Amino acid sequence: MSSKGRFGKYGGQFVPETLMNAVSELEEAYEKYKNDPEFNRELKDLLENYAGRPSLLYEAKKMSRDLGGAKIYLKREDLNHTGSHKINNVLGQVLLAKKMGKTRVIAETGAGQHGVATATAAALMDMECEVFMGEEDTKRQALNVYRMELLGAKVHPVTIGTMTLKDAVNETMREWAGRMDDTLYVLGSVMGPHPFPTIVRDFQKIIGREIKEQLMEREGKLPDAVIACVGGGSNSMGAFYEFIPDKEVRLIGCEAAGLGIDTEKHAATIARGTEGIFHGMKSLFCQNEDGQIAPVYSISAGLDYPGIGPEHAMLAAEGRAQYVPVTDEEAVQAFEYLSRIEGIIPAVESAHAVAYAMKLAPAMNKEQIIVVNISGRGDKDVAAIARYRGVQIYD
Amino acid sequence: MIKMKEAFENKKAFIPFITGGDPSLDVTKKLLIALQEAGADLIEVGIPFSDPIAEGPVIQEADVRALAGGCTTDKLFDAIAEVQDQLHVPIVFMTYMNAVYTYGKERFMKRCVECGLSGIIVPDMPYEEKEELSGVCHKYGVELVSLIAPTSHDRIKRIAEEAEGFLYCVSSLGVTGVRKDITTNIKEMIDQVRETTDIPCAVGFGIATPKQAREMAEAADGAIVGSAIVKMIAEYGEDCVPYVADYVREMKAAVASA
Repeated sequence: MSSKGRFGKYGGQFVPETLMNAVSELEEAYEKYKNDPEFNRELKDLLENYAGRPSLLYEAKKMSRDLGGAKIYLKREDLNHTGSHKINNVLGQVLLAKKMGKTRVIAETGAGQHGVATATAAALMDMECEVFMGEEDTKRQALNVYRMELLGAKVHPVTIGTMTLKDAVNETMREWAGRMDDTLYVLGSVMGPHPFPTIVRDFQKIIGREIKEQLMEREGKLPDAVIACVGGGSNSMGAFYEFIPDKEVRLIGCEAAGLGIDTEKHAATIARGTEGIFHGMKSLFCQNEDGQIAPVYSISAGLDYPGIGPEHAMLAAEGRAQYVPVTDEEAVQAFEYLSRIEGIIPAVESAHAVAYAMKLAPAMNKEQIIVVNISGRGDKDVAAIARYRGVQIYD
Repeated sequence: MIKMKEAFENKKAFIPFITGGDPSLDVTKKLLIALQEAGADLIEVGIPFSDPIAEGPVIQEADVRALAGGCTTDKLFDAIAEVQDQLHVPIVFMTYMNAVYTYGKERFMKRCVECGLSGIIVPDMPYEEKEELSGVCHKYGVELVSLIAPTSHDRIKRIAEEAEGFLYCVSSLGVTGVRKDITTNIKEMIDQVRETTDIPCAVGFGIATPKQAREMAEAADGAIVGSAIVKMIAEYGEDCVPYVADYVREMKAAVASA
């Protein structure tokens, strides 16, 4: 038997035997429902009437004029219910869990966006919900912890390891290995063991599909570049996927360079990672020469992950997508820039993509088009950015 | 290299687990010899990993201690090599995939042979991903242990058909750690294996008391104990060796009486 869920040499299904039946059950269910008209009708209804899709494709005229190059469009995933692209995936996965007869969902979360989205979908679909979150993150994002509890979820602080996102993933996998009969792990990014990278990508690819349709309607052509931030890689994979066959469209993923990729304080997996096998997948990871996973850093908790989805690792190896590092400072400047020039406060994660667009646009001409995926809104980051600028505000 | 099956010849096997380098490599070397003298038939040594997803808190903390103490894969190989002449029971690595992969698969197996290791157990490498290591393991004669779990059901046949060394039967759902009761019908699991192969089966996860060890050894060919031992190492630190040895003697006697 050969390995499933490969993207080139990356991907696979590296989980303990105890979990194999659970991932196989999920795979079978997904294969059954992905083309099921009733499932797709229900999902479409949720996406349109609950999450607010399609999200706007907004022409950032002031920004384009100010930068003096390419025409810039912003894909407004920040306008979705719960404030980010995460809702696209969780509505799909929680609906799938329901169809599978599960009554309980569990999830990992870093900054809390995926946890909040999962808790939201669970509340809507009457599922029990438990979220695992590094203790460090529960302190940094206390408001999101309360938000999840408000939605009826139970939040478990993870107190081992670096107490951040990777430890939350470890703990959710452990929890799932102990209880799978009634429980589905709702994974938040295009990572983990097969079938998660495929399922999450499929539920997120609506972003790129809408970009294509909306831009065709407005401009009658494809964009020259699509830019998105990359942590595990779900919003970027969602934005890129539809354009992969369109070779003339540049796909650019922006990684968190933290204090700089020449320091130890970054989360730039493609720039600085090496091949490994972890969290169920063969991919690239920030790790030492012994394969110990490195503590990573970014001002953005959502990009603070030491690995990257296997499909991104493949796109990078093939050269189909390009990955660039963006530092904390550049991201904060972009956060402030977009707020002032367009009146849109982006998530600090998305600000990494905005920062690269600010570099790229002036080097392009007015006939060219850049689409930047604004994966989430920045309300959650305001206090952290204020502190970065020396203003002591706590939320 | 000693073949794992020797551990099961004409006897029920007692298999202790320790985390390499916990609390120091010096203690690991002493423990290997003491465990053997106390009656261990095969010894599992864990390569410490930053993110051991199949372990409960006790072994997670051992990994943290070992890494904080400076244990690396190379240093652990060296430590085992230093005592290999004194060891006559099979020594088997319990390691996550990433340690082998990043070390270099060929280079890892070569070192296993040089240091007298009989085989490896890789908890995050299921049957479907076996090809990642099976070729290189065969090339170097390092036995690759397979695991079955209470959720394996119809997977057992496939897994058992290709099993080498011994078959690791995971007693319970969840992660490693001491359990009050083991509720899985182990005998049924073993019977399913027996339909395919007569490979020795050892049961692990959750075993801590002599009574549990005897019950598991009655149903299978051996019992594996990790967290209960690691807990003693955590409690007694550098002085743990005699305490662990006493415990292993008691557990071995219980297994032998099965």
